Amino acid sequence: MTAEVAERAKAEFSTPGGWRVVASKEIADHLLSGRFVVLMGVLGIATAAAVFAASGGIRDVAPNAQGITALFLKLFTVTVDPVPFPLIVFVGFLAPLLGIMFGFDAVSGERSQGTLPRLMSQPIHRDEVILGKFVAGLTVVAIMLTSLVLFVSGIGIFRLGVVPQPSEISRLAVWLVFTIIYVGFWQALATLSSVMAKRASTSAMIPIGVWLVLTLFGSFLFGAAAGIISPQDGSPAAEEAYLRTSQTISQLSPVTLFQQGSRVLLDPEVRTVGLVTVEQVDRAIVSELNLAQSLAVVWPQIAILLAMTSVMFALAYIAFMRDEVRA
Amino acid sequence: MATTIHAKALTKTYGDHTVVNRLNLDIEAGEVFGLLGPNGAGKTTTILMLLGLVEPTKGSIEVLGLDPRWNPLEVKRRVGYLPDAVGFYDGMTGRQNLRFTARLNGLDDYEPLIDSLLETVGLSDAGDQRAGEYSRGMKQRLGVADALVKGPSVLILDEPTTAIDPEGVVEMLDLIQKLAKEEGVTVLLASHLLHQVQTVCDRVAIFVKGKVVAQGTPYELAAVEQGGRIHVEFRVAGDPAAARANLETLGTVSGIAPGRAPGSWVAELDAKDLAPTVSGLVSKGSQVIGVHRLDEDLESIYRRYFESREEVPA
Repeated sequence: MTAEVAERAKAEFSTPGGWRVVASKEIADHLLSGRFVVLMGVLGIATAAAVFAASGGIRDVAPNAQGITALFLKLFTVTVDPVPFPLIVFVGFLAPLLGIMFGFDAVSGERSQGTLPRLMSQPIHRDEVILGKFVAGLTVVAIMLTSLVLFVSGIGIFRLGVVPQPSEISRLAVWLVFTIIYVGFWQALATLSSVMAKRASTSAMIPIGVWLVLTLFGSFLFGAAAGIISPQDGSPAAEEAYLRTSQTISQLSPVTLFQQGSRVLLDPEVRTVGLVTVEQVDRAIVSELNLAQSLAVVWPQIAILLAMTSVMFALAYIAFMRDEVRA
Repeated sequence: MATTIHAKALTKTYGDHTVVNRLNLDIEAGEVFGLLGPNGAGKTTTILMLLGLVEPTKGSIEVLGLDPRWNPLEVKRRVGYLPDAVGFYDGMTGRQNLRFTARLNGLDDYEPLIDSLLETVGLSDAGDQRAGEYSRGMKQRLGVADALVKGPSVLILDEPTTAIDPEGVVEMLDLIQKLAKEEGVTVLLASHLLHQVQTVCDRVAIFVKGKVVAQGTPYELAAVEQGGRIHVEFRVAGDPAAARANLETLGTVSGIAPGRAPGSWVAELDAKDLAPTVSGLVSKGSQVIGVHRLDEDLESIYRRYFESREEVPA
């Protein structure tokens, strides 16, 4: 009798590492997929262009830049013609796309291929399916972003002749993890959408829409919302209140959080993401923060972004657990 | 014999729409059981409830002595399922698809098993082709192999023959029968193609609008439904007009009409009068070459249930 109970109890465990089986299959799928090749190609070309421009620009100013220690990281943060934005902005712009690409058909793809009922009738828990898919997507994204950073570093070393300092390498590593968390947010959003939407195309449209709105109209929307909460009447106090409200609201957007976090993590000279008054800057000594100090500045951004990603994944998870298998 | 699948007063409602209505099922071990009904009768919902993939609104289920609501994994470990319109990962080969299923079931050393399953379903040559290039029928056959990977004691097949060509259907039905008879696998077969169900199933349940309207062996169902009067097709060689006249003079039959085969007549009569009628015909000089009881196949029962839409007490 006890043996039977033990047998029953044991039996209810799912196939050990079911999520790993799902994840390894998904990773293989992603790496062999056309979208991976296309994304990698686009990212590679765009990055190469940006880095060549940036490194050229840095070489031009390098003779006068005696005091700059984190020269190598400038590759990521400097804007030089003809490329209109620094590399971190470019990554910030494309990271959501990566997340969406590897998340939007997580469940809707199974549905449209008719594989969902078959998958769900195997002896694994439902959560292993969604977890395996999420981990697989993030792993592939991590591979892409890491190779991207290494690629940039390689070109940088070659073009600048500057070898990154240990402190710069650790900053890059932290930034990489931060970026992966950011991609995770978008991937979780896309996964949620793929559970809700019946078709893969619909499921791609929702996160892409959110991404476009936040990226293109974000500052406008946050400004408008701030104007309602703290109306401007021309006085400096009201102006300041308006700016502070606007900034607080904008920090509800993962896009803003990522921009702020990236800037601080990759630029040792940035000491705050908040409002700075003229008095505060006046005669401030230009000095660099170390990584721990930079982290202290953007700890809130990192924590909030991580929380947002977790909540989004939890929503996708719950939606999937409640989802009917029926088509 | 042990009951393998047992459902009592099983009910599923979505809002005020009742998809499955107080369903009772008892399927015995090693039996091929047909769940017969038109599309939308609630067959797939019933199957999903048996697998623990859909929560029943009311009622109880037991599969292999387990409740799928509380032990879904153990049920899924032992029950092979071929879904309706089964799909595979198009970018992977048939073999890779089966490998994935084997790994999800925690199997090691599955290559010999996969080889033999591919051979069983006649896909040995196509195993390394991408599943996206498979025809509908090939996918269906791969689906059977996929359901067998886990070595199930129960096999649930949802419309397994829909997209297969006639020759493939015969092979599929042979395979199903072989699994049941030789390996003792209990098979639940849901279909709207009654002809196929009839040839392969030990028992059938006719399922209309979420209710079982009749249950039993195909023969029992036919017998229950006769109600005394049966329709019989008489085929005769020689002069059909003379045969008709002979039938009329016997006085046992009514409603004589031409049958489908040339020179045949269909008539209605009491079941007990059949033997006297045949011998009467012969003694009057008609050369009887065929007697066919039309009501005996499921088709007529099936059609009758769908034509008379009245409620049948469960």
